[in-house]
Amino acid sequence: MELTLWTYEGPPHVGAMRIASSMKDIHYVLHAPQGDTYADLLFTMIERRGQRPPVTYTTFQARDLGGDTAELVKKNIKEAVERFKPKTLLVGESCTAELIQDQPGALAKGMGFDMPIVNLELPAYSKKENWGASETFYQLTRTLLKEKVSSSEKISPLRWKESGRRPKVNILGPSLLGFRCRDDVIEIQRILSEQGIDTNVVAPLGASPNDIERLIDAEINICLYQEIAGASCEWLKRNFGMEYTNTIPIGIKNTIEFINEVHKKLDLPLTNKEELEHKSKLPWYSKSVDSNYLTGKRVFIFGDGTHSIAAAKIAKEELGFEVVGLGTYSREMARQLRATAKDLNVEALITNNYLEVEDAIKKTAPELVLGTQMERHSAKRLGIPCSVISTPMHVQDVPARYSPQMGWEGANVIFDDWVHPLMMGLEEHLIDMFKHDFEFVDGHQSHLGHTATKSEDFINPEEKKVKNNKEEIIWTESGRSELTKVPFFVRGKVKTNTEKYALLKGIPEISDETLYDAKAYFS
Amino acid sequence: MSKVEFNKETGPREVFCGLTSIVWLHRRMPDAFFLVVGSRTCAHLIQSAAGVMIFAEPRFGTAILEEKDLAGLADAHEELDRVVNDLIARRPEIKTLFLVGSCPSEVIKLDLATVAEKLNKRFLGQVRFVNYSGSGIETTFTQGEDGALKALIPLMESSNEEKLLLVGTLANNVEDRFKKIFRNLGISNIESFPPRQSTELPKIGKNTKVLLTQPYLGDTVRDLKHRGCEIISAPFPLGIEGSTKWFLSAAKAFKISELKVHEIISPLIDRAKLALESHKEILKGKRLFLLPESQLEISLARFLHNECEMDLIEVGTPYLNKDLMQEEINLLPDNTKIVEGQHVEKQLDRVRETNPDLVVCGMGLANPLEAEGISTKWSIEMVFSPIHGIDQAADLAGLFSKPLRRNQILTTKTLVTH
Repeated sequence: MELTLWTYEGPPHVGAMRIASSMKDIHYVLHAPQGDTYADLLFTMIERRGQRPPVTYTTFQARDLGGDTAELVKKNIKEAVERFKPKTLLVGESCTAELIQDQPGALAKGMGFDMPIVNLELPAYSKKENWGASETFYQLTRTLLKEKVSSSEKISPLRWKESGRRPKVNILGPSLLGFRCRDDVIEIQRILSEQGIDTNVVAPLGASPNDIERLIDAEINICLYQEIAGASCEWLKRNFGMEYTNTIPIGIKNTIEFINEVHKKLDLPLTNKEELEHKSKLPWYSKSVDSNYLTGKRVFIFGDGTHSIAAAKIAKEELGFEVVGLGTYSREMARQLRATAKDLNVEALITNNYLEVEDAIKKTAPELVLGTQMERHSAKRLGIPCSVISTPMHVQDVPARYSPQMGWEGANVIFDDWVHPLMMGLEEHLIDMFKHDFEFVDGHQSHLGHTATKSEDFINPEEKKVKNNKEEIIWTESGRSELTKVPFFVRGKVKTNTEKYALLKGIPEISDETLYDAKAYFS
Repeated sequence: MSKVEFNKETGPREVFCGLTSIVWLHRRMPDAFFLVVGSRTCAHLIQSAAGVMIFAEPRFGTAILEEKDLAGLADAHEELDRVVNDLIARRPEIKTLFLVGSCPSEVIKLDLATVAEKLNKRFLGQVRFVNYSGSGIETTFTQGEDGALKALIPLMESSNEEKLLLVGTLANNVEDRFKKIFRNLGISNIESFPPRQSTELPKIGKNTKVLLTQPYLGDTVRDLKHRGCEIISAPFPLGIEGSTKWFLSAAKAFKISELKVHEIISPLIDRAKLALESHKEILKGKRLFLLPESQLEISLARFLHNECEMDLIEVGTPYLNKDLMQEEINLLPDNTKIVEGQHVEKQLDRVRETNPDLVVCGMGLANPLEAEGISTKWSIEMVFSPIHGIDQAADLAGLFSKPLRRNQILTTKTLVTH
């Protein structure tokens, strides 16, 4: 039993819903009690979808449990098939139905339908949302393509040459409730088409069962989100010999590496290599002198595996930040993230507990947090700027404007989204510098709001004594006054360090000189 | 009595389960913690409905069952013990801990009553434990509050003091207004259940006169009756009419004259009618379809028809307790179609066929209906907004007129473009 106040991922059947809702001509009959329909609002409210998820909930009640819940399942399947006429039917159960073991998938298969039926067994008491999405997409792909396995030869990535046409690829992984998937797909398709590569199928987002059957018309697969498409890409490789790409095109370096990888796999010469450096404004913006102040900014990163690993690379290599913390809630990608963390010489944080993440942020005292919406809230409480880089989704993460994370435009978006909170930080600094000028209007706030300027915490005359490790340390007038002169975004750290120093040296009162002594000591 | 048409429907439902009521219950009692014993689905449901991220640390959580908990119940009880110990160590300010059953905990027959009993002994004088079920297989949405309140009744001491007990969670400001009005009427001893602190439970007995503020408290009412309380029969205090009748019923139970009531509330009624006018202008003659969710649907239909002159196409309700709802049903216009239960697909077919001007529905259905060109109002807002009482009548009407007004603004072509 695990105490959970908030969870980064929903249950696995929500993952299955993401696949079903992303696609066309599919219906999902979910054996589930009343209340599980809450998941509909993730799609209709957060994604602002104008369609209901294609899901029928059997809605069993306590009084049904003594009777024949299997009949209820069959009734719902029958009605759903008649009403929605899906080309492929997904059948599964949520956590409670798993306990009563009606085996809805088997029931559906015995009902004499001629459409493909995918029996989803998603263990609700051990797995989570992304796993459920991945498993659903994999089972669906397998069901729709398994008959073609034996008859087809291994697919050569060079087949396009023999056929005398442009190479074709599939883009796999984008789904609803995925981070900026809608726009990433457009960006990646644009990049590929500039290179003379056609998109065969995008799936699951916007695909129909027919499209899944057509996956094998492409030469290779682009695995855009390993969390969702990793298992399917691997299955297609094993059974059809289809190669797939591993590089996630987030950031300039990764996008270039991605383009290289695609060309290499297809044996397609890359003709515009030099041009690629100039496709995005990120490299120049990052090089321009205005960005000097970004150097060595301490950044803490937490999110899903794909986006966290990519963010770490961009932060370090493309923006010149210092990564002080890296973590993910995606246990499936823990190994990869650990490797990245090791390279960066930080400890990897693998957890589903947001309070642990908040503690880690406090401990590492970053100047910027890149995280999920939850980290945005934690960072707000701590007065640290934050940019959101990953799911779980929030209505703000489905912007009206084109706003990808991948490719050239994605890099532009990332530069703006990560740097603007810091720009405001600089503005905050200026406010601090000039706040004693007579023109300064008291109460001026930047967008960070009241929590950002924490001066009151430090200069409140009432708060003369600060408790620390049971010993009392007194900030003298000169110490407090000097502390207010420290830029707000490092003030917390300076305060803690000075107190630590005072404690270490047995100094009972902190004066302005102590502050400088501590600064020298820790530098 | 009006001739109301009753129908029953079964099938797939689009309704929240009782766990959702934790969202307002925990705010009402800031010294209580709600621990759901359930699955990741339960945790995800509550966080999706409650916007948990705004809290540094919420006062509700889920003890998520894992595979090993399902293998042996003895282990599950031990595990729950461990989770509760950790929780109390972390949140020493908690005075009452609600152990909330869920669909999976009910199905595996986890005995939360026994767990609560044991924990009560161990934490005697520090934390009180009560248990109830908010599972979807037994409860809908607002029924969760019924379970929570019912669970508290055994902890309430007896007293034969005469008092008015308002039962059902109200917004604090609304509750204060009600108390002031009752005091002006001459009723001085007024208490609320649930109280604002979980430890300050009202004492009850044969001179306790219970006045319900919410229509979803059937089990609570039954147990209060068993404790000797008198239940005042009244419609619910939504809108001017409902609130007036509600005050009059209470006054009657305390032998206060109708004249006195009118004297106190007439000025309120006058200004509320004035405030209602602009909304009525928009709502008048518009056709309304209520899908089942909050259990407030019948009272809302009564208000929107009788005071805002809307036409009722269909009034859905998750379940129908005819005893509790009798006063409301009596006020409905003839031929009102009440549908108890739901077959969401068939009901949506009827929505499309009848093409209403406004549909009251859950959040899962609102945008899809809007996309079909049908204006909607999400029902969850009714349980989060202060809508009770005469002074709030216009605000309540505003919840319904706003989507229509917005629709008008957005569809009126005022800009000439070439």
